[in-house]
Amino acid sequence: MTISDLVYFAQLAGAAAFVLGLHYMNSPATARNGNLLSAGGMILAVVATLVGLVTREGGLSATSWVIILVGFAIGAGAGLWMARNVKMTAMPQLVSLFNAVGGGAAALVAMEDYLRIGTQGGASVSTSIFVVLGTAIGCVTFSGSLIASGKLQGLIRGKPIIFPGSRPLTVVLAVVAVVGTAVLILNAAGTLTLGSGAAALVLGVIIASALVFGITMVLPIGGADMPVVISLLNSFTGTAAAMAGFVLNNPVLIISGALVGASGGILTKLMADAMNRSIINIIVGGFGGGEGTVGSAGGGAIQARSVSADDVAIQLVYASNVIVVPGYGLAVAQAQYACRELGELLESKGVDVKYAIHPVAGRMPGHMNVLLAEANVPYPSLREMDEINPEFDRCDVALVVGANDVTNPAARRPGNPVSGMPILNVDHAKSIVVIKRSMGRGYAGIDNELYGNPKTGMLFADAKDGLGQLVAAVKAL
Amino acid sequence: MTALLFPITIFVLAILVGFEVISKVPATLHTPLMSGANSIHGIVLVGGMLIAADATEIVGYTLAFVAMVFGATNVVGGYVVTDRMLQMFKKKPTAPKAEAKG
Repeated sequence: MTISDLVYFAQLAGAAAFVLGLHYMNSPATARNGNLLSAGGMILAVVATLVGLVTREGGLSATSWVIILVGFAIGAGAGLWMARNVKMTAMPQLVSLFNAVGGGAAALVAMEDYLRIGTQGGASVSTSIFVVLGTAIGCVTFSGSLIASGKLQGLIRGKPIIFPGSRPLTVVLAVVAVVGTAVLILNAAGTLTLGSGAAALVLGVIIASALVFGITMVLPIGGADMPVVISLLNSFTGTAAAMAGFVLNNPVLIISGALVGASGGILTKLMADAMNRSIINIIVGGFGGGEGTVGSAGGGAIQARSVSADDVAIQLVYASNVIVVPGYGLAVAQAQYACRELGELLESKGVDVKYAIHPVAGRMPGHMNVLLAEANVPYPSLREMDEINPEFDRCDVALVVGANDVTNPAARRPGNPVSGMPILNVDHAKSIVVIKRSMGRGYAGIDNELYGNPKTGMLFADAKDGLGQLVAAVKAL
Repeated sequence: MTALLFPITIFVLAILVGFEVISKVPATLHTPLMSGANSIHGIVLVGGMLIAADATEIVGYTLAFVAMVFGATNVVGGYVVTDRMLQMFKKKPTAPKAEAKG
């Protein structure tokens, strides 16, 4: 048993820890330990790799040491700072940012290996294929994830952006990348004889078209579909890492990359299912992204009834059953603490309070659970859509805080942008209160018919202010 | 080609494992899960180390350095932010006691 064997086993143990870690993420009780196990596997794999490099013949040059240590210190510091300081509401775009740099790293690894081998007498056909795949997929993820992150952060307009000729451009870019790949493969096979400079140039063209392809792929997709896109790109990055593993002939990279590629793919499908959208549909055209105008679903302006906080407080306190429906508006207003306070106050007055969590409430599946958990809302009170929907029929007051499209009864009818989307049956409640800043539209860009329901009262306020007013009013009773 | 058979076998088996492991996770954990999977592909950091060790020219050094920075950001940031999300699920608030650490 040599040291390099030990290094191999340590890396393998790391990969096994990734699989077990993901498995432990099955349940809230073990999820945190699962993540820690996965992190432990990562440390093991990285340390083992370093040991392997130091103990190999020739060891590590001073320059390599500097690159590894300084590069790691800078990246780790930046990652740590961002992860510690990000607000929970801004988390999806941070995950997308981390995904972008991961894809970028995979592309750089494949690229560097090719350039070095190229100068030493050429790469084999199979290596060329893996290099091109790793580089191209990594570059698409890099630029695409940055755009997705920018859209969620509001740096780039969230609405679908379509410029004249964007579709043909996307096709042209794909063709250029495929032709470039073919040239490099023929070169490796000996059919073509490019100098190392020319081969590098072709790789550069592939990189450029992949980067632009990532941008043109994500720009036309609306903000509401962004979680699915991030998840898809996450899966891409895993695949790019696996390709880099083939290039370097490193099993731990192949295993981990394939693991993430597959799991990311499944997760993407689950998210798309939750929104009743197909992945193809999302990539080809976003919410209201195609041509044609997106109009009001019902036709005609909606007449809403405005209510005061005092009225709502009385309703809530004398109800026996209240279901709170939190949405993204609650998250952006940082109102999860006020929400918890109101819930506790009502519970103390003997009201049964539950929270109805739509699968895509917030910005990603499970995002709302995280936000409410952060505010100490008891986990057992959070109910998923299928579980809570029958209970709306027995519910006295449904309190909708900053949720819009997921409560729109228009989804039950065909022929509008939210058609077929699973919704919460808020309109079945005996009485409905909506806290919302204005009659503005949600991501789907249509009016919410719920607001015109005679049972609905609108409390026009920012989610945090509105809940604060309710807390004060309930206390005053 | 024969040299590739073993890596491709591993690749295919790992994909199947990935499908199996994920299909059992409840929807509420999807966000942390995506973030957790996101940190795992930070393993490309190992690739960055390998090319940093073998690089010989300024171009190679530069690419390896950027790959190290990117990979380390992915790994460290990814695990820390996932842990931040998951630690919230752990708290089981009981009586109205004072705020725990946040």
